[in-house]
Formats: sequence, structure tokens, C-alpha cells
Amino acid sequence: MSYRLGQFFGRFASYVLLIALSVATVFPFVWMVGTALKSRQEVFAYPPTLWPSELHWENFTRVLEMVPFLKFYMNSLIVTSAITFFQVLGAALAGYAFARLRFPFKNALFMLYIATLIIPNQVTMLPLFLLVSRFGWIDTYQGLTVPFLASAFAVFFLRQFFQTIPRELEEAAVMDGASRRRILFQIVLPLARPALATITLFIFLSEWDTYLWPLIVTNSEAMRTLPIGLRFFVEESGSQMNLMMAGAVMAVVPILLLFFMAQRQFIEGIAMTGSKG
Amino acid sequence: MLAKPTTKETEGRNPFLELVRYVRNPRLRREMLAALAFLAPSLLVIVVFVYLPILWALGISFTDWQAGTTRPARFVGVQNYVDMLTSGDFWNALKTTLYFMVLKLPLDMVLSLAAALLLNQKLRGMSFFRVALFMPVVTSMVAAAAIWRALYNPTTGYFNALLATVGIAPQRWLRDPNLAMPSVVLVALWKGLGYNTVIFLAGLQGISRTYYEAAALDGATAWQRFRHITLPLLSPVTYFVLLIGVINSFQVFSLMHVLAPDGGPLNSLEVLVFYLYRLTFQEFRFGRGAAVSFILFAIVLGLSLLQQRFAEKRVHYE
Repeated sequence: MSYRLGQFFGRFASYVLLIALSVATVFPFVWMVGTALKSRQEVFAYPPTLWPSELHWENFTRVLEMVPFLKFYMNSLIVTSAITFFQVLGAALAGYAFARLRFPFKNALFMLYIATLIIPNQVTMLPLFLLVSRFGWIDTYQGLTVPFLASAFAVFFLRQFFQTIPRELEEAAVMDGASRRRILFQIVLPLARPALATITLFIFLSEWDTYLWPLIVTNSEAMRTLPIGLRFFVEESGSQMNLMMAGAVMAVVPILLLFFMAQRQFIEGIAMTGSKG
Repeated sequence: MLAKPTTKETEGRNPFLELVRYVRNPRLRREMLAALAFLAPSLLVIVVFVYLPILWALGISFTDWQAGTTRPARFVGVQNYVDMLTSGDFWNALKTTLYFMVLKLPLDMVLSLAAALLLNQKLRGMSFFRVALFMPVVTSMVAAAAIWRALYNPTTGYFNALLATVGIAPQRWLRDPNLAMPSVVLVALWKGLGYNTVIFLAGLQGISRTYYEAAALDGATAWQRFRHITLPLLSPVTYFVLLIGVINSFQVFSLMHVLAPDGGPLNSLEVLVFYLYRLTFQEFRFGRGAAVSFILFAIVLGLSLLQQRFAEKRVHYE
């Protein structure tokens, strides 16, 4: 009897806490959407309302007239996709070499990769900026992408995964004299699909939100990525809180929709890269 | 036929003699060339865009290079590093960073562990709560900062309206030197809680049920089970979350830069990277900025090494 009662109160308390926590995490999103749909007058209403009395959808078109949000999206998409693709490809190649091939200086080279993980990227910002300006790449897609086309973390992650694949699966192909490239692309990579998906999602999400480098390397509005475009819009919109929030909605909603559709992959990917990295 | 793991094979041998052996043997040579081709793309990027810049930055940190002036840069030795020790702005930046970390990390660890324990129960609707908690994680940092800037706004924001309903005077939040950092920490907690919760949750799910079953047979209370089974077996995960938390705290920037582009009232939000950014890309004092970046590097490196030693001694690995 008392055990049952205790269990009931335990569950009840758990739900109360979880609901409180969810309200706290979701509330800012409600505020964002509510404010984004307010009229100019209602933004300044006192006390502030959480949800507008009339829905002003035209705020979104006004934002699009003020700043090229779609251009920011395209820039972010181009830059993030290029970085993600090349990081994963390069890591598949290097990870396979470290997992399977024999070559001199192997340990030293592996350390050279791993050591980059403890270098805070802020340290290289100034020389990277100088280097990129010497190449004439300021305010270009090359400048935004090329310095970040390799990731030691991805190399490490894929090497760990390749080592769990039984060698026997490759042996027959080696006997037949297949090239290493064919073995990697036709046998190993298809087996590594879950790991490739995880690392791709992980890189994409972290690169999508990069802030410092695009802030430094872009000058013109047309080259801004989404975080930088939104940042300057936040400054420009000033007290027009409804427009500022409409901009935030446009930046946030597509990613949230993607997350709702593939939330298992998102969360499990984070758990996997986090606890094993 | 296939190569055995090479680490043992090559360990302790002179790699230069190894190289000769590889060049002479046609089979090994082919394998070495394949490896070289596989490594080349990523190695090129890492050398040109990580190692070369690091050395360059070190060189710059020993000069008084000030961009935008006609005066040529001179070698000044460790002068930039010495100046740093007497610079009020530098100590302020360090203090601000530590304050952010001390305020955020304990709360973050306790809250995310508590959330993970709650979510780890076999109850209905857990996936809904998990999604709710994770929403801020996938939200762009700039957008998150924009939302909270609107919430904190002293006249049009919602927080002062909430305070008014319970009879508390309106606050200036991000513009109040005492409240600015706690306000930023609240945003950081909101943004990062779901991430650490998921890591803790994965750790909790990795603990074998048999421990709890044995403890239940012995009549252990819920607190005893948590204290003597969950906490010790979770310690590798806790250590990981803490280490990443400390390192990330030293690198925080975009959050402050969007919430308070001027560094906050009395520079109360100017963290190390913010200071580094101002010196280098707003005041163009390249020599000084490079020196600050190396101090940041030294701190992060020192912390990783220190925590690694600590972890070897104290952390319980199953």
C-alpha cells in the first residue's frame, strides 16, 4: 500500500518537474512566434502580451524586403554543404588509412591530426585572415570554406568505426587484387553508413552555426551566412521587436522542422559523437 | 594476407629505417603510396590551415604589429605577454570568463543530470519531453540570443512584465552590471541543457540493470542507489561533460557578442575571446591580439592536461 502510494507520488512529482522544465524550454519559442506576429503598436503595449490580438503575417514580407534572408540561407547552405562533404570524404580516406594500411610515421602522423583537436580555433583566426586575404579570398565562398575542409575529429571518429568492421570482409577483395580505393568505396563505406550519417549530421549542425570566422571574413551583405545576416539584422531592426523576432523565426523554423522530422537521428547522433568522442 | 594492426609492429623501431624498408619492398611500397594518397587531402588542409597559421600567430605575438598604420612591425620579444599581465582589460576578460564558467557549470551539471534521471524513467510521454528539452540545442545561437534579448528588453520585454505581476520593480537585465552575467548564463543554460542531458542519458542507459536489482534485494533506498551505483558508474560521463564544459566556457563568444555587442555595462560581458576579437579585428593590434590568443591556447591546453591526470586517478571506469 505505502509502496504503491510512494510510487504514485514519485511519478506525479516527475511529471510536474518535467512539465515545468519543458515549459521553461519552450516558452522563449512561444514568445518569439507571438512577438513576430504583433503589430508595431502592440510591441509597445503595456503590459506586454504573450500572444498578439491580431496576427500580422506581413511582418515576414517586410523583413524580406529589408534584408535578403533567402540569400543568407543559400550562402549557409552552400558553405555548410561544401565543408561537410569534404570533411566527411577526407575523413573517410584518412580514417581508412589509419585503421587499415601500413606505412611509416603512422603514429606520428596520427598524433599530428589529433593534436589539432586541442587547438582553440580562435588562435588561428588572425593568421587565417591574413592568409585568406593574401589569396584574395576575403568575402568569397573560397574564403568561407577552404580553410575548414578537413576535420581531425571526423578522421578519429571514422577510424574508430572502421576498426570495428571485421577484416575478413575485405580479404577476398584484396586476394582478387582490388585497389584500396575500390575496397574503401565498394565494401567499407557501404558498411559504415550509420557512422557516416552520424558524423555528417554532427558536422553539418556545428558548421551551420559557425559565427566568428564568417563575421571576420565577410564584408558585403550578399556574402553573409545566416548567423551573420541575422546578427546584423538584429542590430538594424533596433526597437522593432516584431521584425527582429520575425527574422529569428525565419532562421529557426526550418531547422526545427528538420529536427522534428528526424529527432531520433539528431539525438542519437549527439549521444554517439558526444560519449565516444 | 591483410595487414595486422601496425602499431605494435612499428613500435620502437626507427621510422627512418622503416621508410627504407617500405621503399625497397614493392608490396609495402604500394601500400605506403596508397596511404599517402588517402592522407594527402586532409593532411594538406591541416598543415596549411592549422599548423602554418599557428606558427605564424606565434611569430606575430612577438611583434608590435599594428595594422592600418605606416609604422613597420618590430620584434619586441615577450613584451606583449608582459604588457598583458598589467593590462586591466586582460584581467577583466579573464575574470569575466571565469565568472561565466563558475556560474554556469555547476548549475548546468546538476540540472542536466537531474533532467536525465527524470527522462530515464519508464514513463509515458518521455520522448515528448526529450524533444522539448532538445529544441534549444538545434536553435542557432544568434537566433537564441535575439529571442532572449527581446525577452530581457526593459520596456517591451516579457520578464519585467512577469516581475510586475509579483510586485517586483523592473530590472535592466543585460544593462545592469550585476545582472548582466547571470542573465547571459541563463541563456547559456537554456541553450545547452538538452545537449548535456542527452549525454548523461546515454551514460545512464549504459549502466547495467543488475546493479540496481542487487541493491534493491539488499533494501537500498533510492538515494543510496543513486549515491553508490549511479554516481560512481556515471563518473566517466560526468568527467567528459565537465571537461567539455570548461573548455567551451573559455571559448564562449557569439552569445555575448549578440546579446551585448559593446561588451556589456562596465565591460561585464567582455570574455576572453570577445577581448581577443576587439583587439585584433576592431583595434587591429595584431601583435597584442596574437599574444592573447596564445594565452587562451595555454589555458585550454593546461586544463586538458590537468584534467586528464586528475581523471586517471579519480574517475571510476567500469
